[in-house]
Amino acid sequence: MNGGTIEAPTIEYALLAPMLLVFGAAVVGVLIEAFAPRYLRKSIHVPLTLLALAGAFLLTILQAVREGVPTTPAAMGAVAVDGPALFIWAIILVLAFVSTLLINDDEQFVAQAAAVPGSSDEEDAVRHGYAQTEVYPLLLFSVGGMLLFPAANDLLVMFVALEVLSLPLYLLCGLARRRRLLSQEASVKYFLLGSFSSAFFLYGMALVYGYAGSIDLRAISSSLGTVVGQDTLLYVGMAMLGVGLLFKIGAAPFQAWKPDVYQGAPTAVTALMASTVLVAAFGAVLRVFWVALGNLDWDWRPVMWGVAILTMVVGAILAITQTEIKRMLAYSSIAHAGFLLTGVIATGGAEQNKEALSALLFYLVAYGFTTVGAFAVVTMVRDAGGEAGHLSRWAGLGKRAPLLAGIFAFFLLAFAGIPLTSGFFGKYAVFAAAVAADALPLVVVGVVTSAIAAFFYVRVIVLMFFSEPAADGPSIAVPTVGTSAVVTLAAAATVVLGVFPEPVLNLADQAASALFIR
Amino acid sequence: MPWLSILMAVPVLGAVGVALLPKGSDKLAKQLALAVSLVVLALTVAMAVQFSPNGNRFQFEEKYAWIPSFGVHYGVAVDGIALVLIALSAILVPIVVLASWHDAEGATRLDLKSEAVPPKRSAKTYFALLLVLEAMMIGVFAATDIFLFYVFFEAMLIPMYFMIGSYGGVQRSYAAVKFLLYSLFGGLLMLVAVIALYVVAEKNTFMFPELVGAIQDPTTQKWLFAGFFIAFAIKAPLWPFHTWLPDAAAQAPAGAAVLLVGVLDKVGTYGMLRFCLELFPDASKFFTPLVIVLSVVGIIYGAIVAIGQTDMKRLIAYTSISHFGFIAMGVFAMTQNAQSGATLYMVNHGFSTGALFLVAGFLIYRRGSAQIADYGGVQSVAPLLAGAFLIAGLSGLSLPGLAPFVSEFMVLIGTYERYAVPAIIGATGVILAAIYILWMYKRTMNGPTAEPVKGFTDLNGREKWVVAPLIAMIVALGFFPKPLLDVINPAVDQTLTNAQVTDKQPVSTVAEKKGAGQ
Repeated sequence: MNGGTIEAPTIEYALLAPMLLVFGAAVVGVLIEAFAPRYLRKSIHVPLTLLALAGAFLLTILQAVREGVPTTPAAMGAVAVDGPALFIWAIILVLAFVSTLLINDDEQFVAQAAAVPGSSDEEDAVRHGYAQTEVYPLLLFSVGGMLLFPAANDLLVMFVALEVLSLPLYLLCGLARRRRLLSQEASVKYFLLGSFSSAFFLYGMALVYGYAGSIDLRAISSSLGTVVGQDTLLYVGMAMLGVGLLFKIGAAPFQAWKPDVYQGAPTAVTALMASTVLVAAFGAVLRVFWVALGNLDWDWRPVMWGVAILTMVVGAILAITQTEIKRMLAYSSIAHAGFLLTGVIATGGAEQNKEALSALLFYLVAYGFTTVGAFAVVTMVRDAGGEAGHLSRWAGLGKRAPLLAGIFAFFLLAFAGIPLTSGFFGKYAVFAAAVAADALPLVVVGVVTSAIAAFFYVRVIVLMFFSEPAADGPSIAVPTVGTSAVVTLAAAATVVLGVFPEPVLNLADQAASALFIR
Repeated sequence: MPWLSILMAVPVLGAVGVALLPKGSDKLAKQLALAVSLVVLALTVAMAVQFSPNGNRFQFEEKYAWIPSFGVHYGVAVDGIALVLIALSAILVPIVVLASWHDAEGATRLDLKSEAVPPKRSAKTYFALLLVLEAMMIGVFAATDIFLFYVFFEAMLIPMYFMIGSYGGVQRSYAAVKFLLYSLFGGLLMLVAVIALYVVAEKNTFMFPELVGAIQDPTTQKWLFAGFFIAFAIKAPLWPFHTWLPDAAAQAPAGAAVLLVGVLDKVGTYGMLRFCLELFPDASKFFTPLVIVLSVVGIIYGAIVAIGQTDMKRLIAYTSISHFGFIAMGVFAMTQNAQSGATLYMVNHGFSTGALFLVAGFLIYRRGSAQIADYGGVQSVAPLLAGAFLIAGLSGLSLPGLAPFVSEFMVLIGTYERYAVPAIIGATGVILAAIYILWMYKRTMNGPTAEPVKGFTDLNGREKWVVAPLIAMIVALGFFPKPLLDVINPAVDQTLTNAQVTDKQPVSTVAEKKGAGQ
């Protein structure tokens, strides 16, 4: 002990550059908050955030193209930048970039979060045109966490990433400009439940460490079956890790936070959460259940079957009763998480089913874009009190704004998985992989719940197109350049992936064939 | 020349053109739609004359890789059966365009009860949807790739859904949703079967010719057959999957109802003939008794319920359920006569039901009501209209000399060769048909002229152009069906060969025959 030298850790800076760039920009963002005058902040933040995300995306692509996919973990085994991780990074960065365009909208965020809702302080803040520009660095921190989360190669790093991605989100959820109490309630709920699930994850990690003597995913994998008499530790630990991760993707029975949070949060933040967090969380689920616990798939698979079925059924059935557009989309997101879990089950154990992995990656791309687009449309339908959330307010939108309603209907059809939309190929790919992996009953459940889910998507289309408009119906906000760009991009992605999915499928295939580093 | 691709591309481009016309150019939209549909008809005729009945089974073949990752091709080609159904669609669309000239304009005679006539809607959209639907109808019959078939099968629901939901009667949105959800549910079951077919066959392709005979295991065949068959039975629709049809057909505008019952529903019976029989021959034979029983029940049930209807369009819808029973019985009787008859019936039924729906539509447009009781004595004020209704009706009851008689006769003869008892029971449907058609005629056309009917005008020039080609086809095919049969017969031979059935009655089927008859 005494006199021992501490080796300096080796860090592959080039490999981690995308993440470092995002974190670096976030830190710069904090400095801007501290030193730049108030009136300048936004005009510095927006380009900085966009540039950082775009730069990180470019670095990710460069890494994949020039250097090829690394086969060993980086940063002393703490971070694994492998094929799937690079693909997931690219999706997260693009979706975060798109969401930033949505966030760049003054109508979304509160003027001063500290002002009590309805107080004179609040009026003052609005009158002075204050803006809570901290959202940009918060967003960057969160995105940085999302990049680290699916790439983490040991449980402790994964836990840190989980917190880094979650904490800024808890804050962002409470910053809605309208209906602030609802937003703050959402924030607190998300924080409490999220912390609770993080605690589960942490406890699970401790128990698994007790079994394996390591928190390194590979070491856990190789310890399986070699330790005698400690199985309880392992199983309970595995279950608790599962709870922590499944909470983040909103799988039943841990889905309760999703509708409240999606509804309360500023819609731009909801768009970010619904797309990127889901992507990152599925990356982490795959890594833990494949790399570390792949050889235990006989034990976790039955439970996962149950969770997947429950998630699909709960998502589809509860969505029917919703009368609020964001809550409905939240339940739809739960149902989609169920479909994605079907893909996780299809990926199976340690032998790693490439087709299923590539199907999952494709699904995440398709779903992410459509979701951001759908929420972008939601931000545009407004009445006096802000966004017109209640579904009855959407009646007859097809008459008032045929183009916008048409695009939204198209997104809904994509969620429902109608052919010639991206959602169809996503669903097809996952179901085909599941059938090939002998999970036919799951696919049948998936298909039946798809049919149920189609009902509530169709209901919104009926409202928009077949109902007479309400006399005092909502107006369509003149979209900012950013918002219209988002809607256009999302619609284009949904069409292109629905007609020519091959290029993205190929990319996903390549990413998947590199598999996770073990 | 890529005939089939051109046939699909022309209406799609036409639809885009119609949709992009400036606001208020409804008349131009109609003219453009009519012109486009006539071009498609001309192209279809040009293609059909080059078809050589005794050449290869599939002609005008095109095959390009679409999504290599899934083994999906853009594969189109026609055999005799597909060709006549494409021709049917191409003939019906311009007629429907002409017949729907004022359908989107709402009630013109506001003094009359106008429940059955919807309010004014965008004519442009209606005709654009019609042309998109035409492209998909051609695509669904031309697809030789099963995945491509599925894509069209599902995607064609969307334009029809909007045509019913936006332009239909009072209950339009209920009917549209019911139609969509029923069909979608069937389609999703088929999706599972399509995926399973791909996985089990292990051919890495969805091309139909390569998948024929790929599935040998009888149990697998039965499950896959069930997946496909239920989708087709809902689509056709067979009893007891029929309940959506009367609602959809009654609420749809007359033109859309023609395409719905005349062409879309044929996809169901066509699918049974092409996919169920050839891909799963053993399972088809296993399920034959069941299907024959369902068909016979449908024939009788549809006819009896039709007698009791008080709404003209619902009545016609129920007669179609009866006729689809004949078609399905013919398909599954698996004799040359019965299957040729069934195919011919698909075409004839399109013309005869089309004529009935359209003439009924003219009546409803004049009277503003679909209730039979609201009419009476039309014959004396509008003799041509009454005459057209009579001929259309007589063709519906299969009067000798009119087209449906030939096909119905062939189906009954062909079925009798193998299943005598069902054929005899089915034949009573012909008598019931006389009751529902003649009774409807008597109640609407004969007797004292009802007060609101007195103002009826006779068929105008446009309406004559709608009715004349249909009646011409009905009469011509009634006397001289040979050209059609020459095209159909070789394809049916091929189907029977692939279904491993010989036309002679094998000894083993005597037992089946008894089973089916009881």
